[in-house]
Amino acid sequence: MKIITAIVITAFLAYVLGIYSTLPWWSFAISSFVVSVAIHQKPGKSFLAGFLGLFLLWAGLALMKDVANEHVLSTKVAQILPLGGSYIVLILVTGIVGGLVSGLAALAGSYLRKSK
Amino acid sequence: MRIVPFLLSGLCTVGLVIALNTQLPAGGSKTPRLGYFLSPQLGFWQNAEPANTNFSGEIKLANLKGKVDVYMDDRLVPHIYAENDLDAYYVEGFLHAKYRLWQMEFQTYVAGGRLSEIVGEERLPTDRFFRRLGMVYGAEQTMANMEKNPEMKATMEAYSDGVNAYIKSLLPQQIPFEYKLLDYKPEAWSPFKTYLFLMYMSYDLTGKGSTSDLQMTNAKNYFGYEDFNKLFPNVEDSLDPIIPKGTMFVKPAIVPKIPANIDSAYFGKTINSTAMAPVVPDKDNGSNNWAVSGSKTKSGRPILCNDPHLGLNLPSLWYEVQINTPTHNTYGASFPGSPAVIIGFNDSIAWGVTNAGRDVLDFFDMKFKDSTMSEYMYNGVWTKAAHRKEVIKVKGKPDQVEDMAMTVFGPVMYDRAYKNQSSEGKYLAVKWTASTPGNAVETFYRLNRAKNYDDYLKATSLWSCPGQNFVFASKTNDIAIKQQGAFIAKWKRQGDFIMPGTDSSYDWQGIIPTDENPMIKNPARGFVSSANQMAVDTTYPYYLGTANSFPLYRGIIINRKLTEMNGITPEDMQHLQMENYNVFAEMARPVLLWNIDENALNADEKKYIDIVKNWNLKGDYSEKGATVFKCLWDSLEAEVWRDDYQKSKLPMPWPDAPTLLENLLRDSVYAFADNINTPDKKETIKDDAMIAIKKATAHLKELEASHTLEWGKFKDTRVNHLLKIPALSRLHLPIGGGEHMINATKPTHGPSWRMIVHLTDEIEAYVVYPGGQNGNPGSKYYDSFVDSWAAGKYYRVLFVNKAAAAKHEKMKWHITFTNN
Repeated sequence: MKIITAIVITAFLAYVLGIYSTLPWWSFAISSFVVSVAIHQKPGKSFLAGFLGLFLLWAGLALMKDVANEHVLSTKVAQILPLGGSYIVLILVTGIVGGLVSGLAALAGSYLRKSK
Repeated sequence: MRIVPFLLSGLCTVGLVIALNTQLPAGGSKTPRLGYFLSPQLGFWQNAEPANTNFSGEIKLANLKGKVDVYMDDRLVPHIYAENDLDAYYVEGFLHAKYRLWQMEFQTYVAGGRLSEIVGEERLPTDRFFRRLGMVYGAEQTMANMEKNPEMKATMEAYSDGVNAYIKSLLPQQIPFEYKLLDYKPEAWSPFKTYLFLMYMSYDLTGKGSTSDLQMTNAKNYFGYEDFNKLFPNVEDSLDPIIPKGTMFVKPAIVPKIPANIDSAYFGKTINSTAMAPVVPDKDNGSNNWAVSGSKTKSGRPILCNDPHLGLNLPSLWYEVQINTPTHNTYGASFPGSPAVIIGFNDSIAWGVTNAGRDVLDFFDMKFKDSTMSEYMYNGVWTKAAHRKEVIKVKGKPDQVEDMAMTVFGPVMYDRAYKNQSSEGKYLAVKWTASTPGNAVETFYRLNRAKNYDDYLKATSLWSCPGQNFVFASKTNDIAIKQQGAFIAKWKRQGDFIMPGTDSSYDWQGIIPTDENPMIKNPARGFVSSANQMAVDTTYPYYLGTANSFPLYRGIIINRKLTEMNGITPEDMQHLQMENYNVFAEMARPVLLWNIDENALNADEKKYIDIVKNWNLKGDYSEKGATVFKCLWDSLEAEVWRDDYQKSKLPMPWPDAPTLLENLLRDSVYAFADNINTPDKKETIKDDAMIAIKKATAHLKELEASHTLEWGKFKDTRVNHLLKIPALSRLHLPIGGGEHMINATKPTHGPSWRMIVHLTDEIEAYVVYPGGQNGNPGSKYYDSFVDSWAAGKYYRVLFVNKAAAAKHEKMKWHITFTNN
């Protein structure tokens, strides 16, 4: 159940850092790294926890925004990027981008602990 | 040891963050910083406005004197009720910023030549052009003038404070969408930015000469002055001027003296130029306006109508607003970026504008002692030139510095550092009324408060640039129209070409006194109108400019319709603004058909000629005849002119639509019809017409195969986002109309605001514009009027007092502004 804890804390800390909007968007990379150091898991699991923490947070927040907005903006952005105008793909891409950064940071955290 | 994988994964993390934090090149432009852009707490998702947003609120701000109540109706139009005027403008600024901040600032970046700062060096040509034309210089002149006017200074500052109050309240994640896309941040507003924006309007409406004067010079050199005159005449036979023909004009106060050496130094002299503005104002920037007196309406009260034709953009140039204070109660279209209402009505009167189209921008050919441009020859003596530095910041690159010599005429726009292939060391100074100290929006400020005809006349007399036809109607049954601006008293052809600048003989000799500007009040025919045609016939004592500056045909059809109409209702006026009848085609179709030998046509050609024959002369969406006629006529024009133009290496303007038509109506043996490339053969207009049909038929068959022969599909009207991003634009709109028609809706240009005001005791007004009140592409109010606009539907305006607003069912939100 360690992985669930890691996912929840990763997401929670990323959300809290995100509230401070003067901080850069990638601040969660540091918190995900720290979580991974503190809750030690094997590299694969650490990556997964880091990835899912941010994937769920970002995709979830994007989904909430998008539903309230009735897809007005996401449909446009998904043409600009270009993702074929699909808001679903855009939400997934949002989650994956956040997830990858967080997952890699968590992976580094996991290796740091092992190296001691 | 896990040091290697640690370093590797750490590096990967940092690398990915850097990549996602960088604007990457993508197909000519750049991506946003993707990590930032996609971040739901910082990036674009924050701009996804909930569909059920509650716009109500209590806002506490510094600098307010009293309480301001704003009721927002169901179309998101704010109705501002303030206890004093400055508070009203403060809140207008706040609301403009809240709904249109990116657009307002972007427009000033364009006007001030600062696009390179946010986009990069690819926009340097635009920036250099605007700097060297003197846009910043002109804004400074007007600002300095308005600083001396306490009432206007306070107005501009209150407005600016309101804009800044909103900008200061913005959290980083709340900045508009386009800032995130292009990756920059809003900066503070200032009254200077309003003056820059107004310079842009002056450029859009009077800046055509910055390109056309140079091209006309090329055409004059290429064809010779005599042939040039035939292609670009001063007056057209079918003109129906704004001021009816036969009106007597007073003796002119200024009789401009024609320079003695005009034939050798001006008409005959060769100064070539390939200069082209990177942003050329649309030749048909124009508009319709008219007012009918009570004698022609069902109610017995006047009706005033206006539809300014401009580039169609999202977010729209216009923002609808009501401003109610103890001094005035005014409704209409405002400019985000400027205080007050620009086109609209109040409790007593209504007004509207169209562009005058007069030439107020000229070039002078300067002689400098050497390339340092420190002294120039003027009236026989070497005269010191001041220098002005314009520093253009370029994103990711060193600054570009423009060093401009300032002459008695104005800035030297073209010199050795800013030249074109054939200007060959020429120094061209630009003189433009927009760069002289003006009164900015004071005219509109006073029109907002005008109670009657005298107030209207006083308000408009302050207006200098861009020259406009101000139409007027009052509840007391006065109607009037006046062409007002700082117009130069010119001799015939003055300033149509580059002028010698070594002495004062070619300089402007004075501004026409305002009471000599064309105007008419309560004419016998019961209506006044303008559609950018020449304001007066040739009996007017001043030179107006080349006829091709003045669209001819909309004015004819408007006056014909208004003459016929009686017992008029606002609904009739809605139909009139949407009228797609093409009076040019009415005159040109018979000419085309006379010159065709039907026996010589093949089956396809015959089919298309039959479509034109049976056409109802309307540019309605599904009319095929409109498309076929246009292709045939364009093809005929190309046949007649192409051979005459093709040897010129320099850009030259194409003759305007009336030139060929009027010549063929006058004279069936038209000299230009001969193809100069076939010396052994003398082509007639009939030969040209037959070739034109053959060529057009090939094109028409292609259109038919791609199912775009219907006029509306062929024309393909769209409303582009200011950045021309298709996803943020509205494409393929189902609307007819076009050039020469009252509904002047072209592909990207047309009626940017339609307004009908019925001056009954309780004013009845209808409006619509191709946009929406909220500039945020993530709002459902972003483009909410576009479909109604395309369908010719109007919104009935809510014009009520504060007590009624508080109770009105259509007022959905209430915002209070108080001092903190």
